[in-house]
Amino acid sequence: MITDKLQTLGRSTIDNIAGFGRSGLMLFGALVGKPDFRKGFPLLIRQLYVIGVLSLLIIVVSGLFIGMVLALQGYTVLVKFGAEGMLGPLVALSLLRELGPVVTALLFAGRAGSALTAEIGLMKATEQLSGMEMMAVDPLRRIIAPRFWAGVISMPLLALVFNAVGILGGHLIGVDWLGVDGGSYWSTMQANVDLYQDVLNGVIKSFVFAIIVVWIALHKGYDAVPTSEGISQATTQTVVTASLTVLGFDFILTALMFGG
Amino acid sequence: MTTRKIEILVGAFIVVAVAAFLMLALKVANAGVSGSGESYVLYAKFENIGGLKVRSPIKVGGVVVGRVASIDLDTVYYTPVVKMEINEQYSNFPETSSVAILTSGLLGEQYLGLQPGFIDETVQILADGDSIQDTRSAIVLEELIGQFLFNRGN
Repeated sequence: MITDKLQTLGRSTIDNIAGFGRSGLMLFGALVGKPDFRKGFPLLIRQLYVIGVLSLLIIVVSGLFIGMVLALQGYTVLVKFGAEGMLGPLVALSLLRELGPVVTALLFAGRAGSALTAEIGLMKATEQLSGMEMMAVDPLRRIIAPRFWAGVISMPLLALVFNAVGILGGHLIGVDWLGVDGGSYWSTMQANVDLYQDVLNGVIKSFVFAIIVVWIALHKGYDAVPTSEGISQATTQTVVTASLTVLGFDFILTALMFGG
Repeated sequence: MTTRKIEILVGAFIVVAVAAFLMLALKVANAGVSGSGESYVLYAKFENIGGLKVRSPIKVGGVVVGRVASIDLDTVYYTPVVKMEINEQYSNFPETSSVAILTSGLLGEQYLGLQPGFIDETVQILADGDSIQDTRSAIVLEELIGQFLFNRGN
């Protein structure tokens, strides 16, 4: 009885640790080695398009709406204290420090991460990866590496776009609709936002989240059980694991950056 | 889709992202003014700095001329020493200038108000590393109320 429980616990622990090991080996095999820019660059551009450019629309639309909602909700509280002039820093700081990187990472996990997992899982199921190995093409270098770099490059850029659009959305609601003074919206924002403390820390955050999300997505696809059910499970796991890991790391990074 | 079209779209993506960063840096964080422009250092000792913080603004007549670089405690007299970084273009403050810790509004942030002093033959201009002697500390509301109650008791 109790030994069975213990065995289950032990097996899942060993499986998890083995999974960590395999994902580390996968990333190591994909990234470490002499880079071949002539071959790698076109692949990277192609993936930047699929992962970055095609995610732009959902990022812009959600950034706009999140900025608008922030301004609307912030205004209802701030106006009670007669402090609606502080709407600018409220919107800008919440976007730059938290919502920009985190929501971008969550959307990215749903939009691009799941697609990466499904694509690579299907490549594995249809034995394209083994086929590449037969032709002496390293699938790690040809499939995994460009996708990893494309994700790591495009997510911070997407987060920056998200922040900028969100602040403009806050301006749209706060200034143009609710009648906060436009000058004080920008000037209090400029007085309270610091380039290094707020903007660059947000970029560092989204950089970390990018590595997390892309790594999890690629590993889940590469490690998927090569059946249709296995791929669907792997895709679900990507979104769930990546989202939870991002939220956990967000707490740690926030405590390190802004807690002290 | 042709490679050329994809490359153009990726290029546009990068341009949009860089534009967003520039907007955040210049319009939102206003890095142009508070950035790494040439500055020189002055020191001032206070009895009590209240809520003054590092990077609080230093204002002359309401215009920001610099920022607080650091706040330390003098190890001999245990009084706070504020290191001020002042923009190089405002480098003609005489040694008779005074500096006070003021509050913007009733509950707002605290800042350093720099009041330029008079100039005659014996007065020197403050240079990099000099101290301002004439300082007024922050008004601590609790002390003020305590004094008021004490005076009423008399």
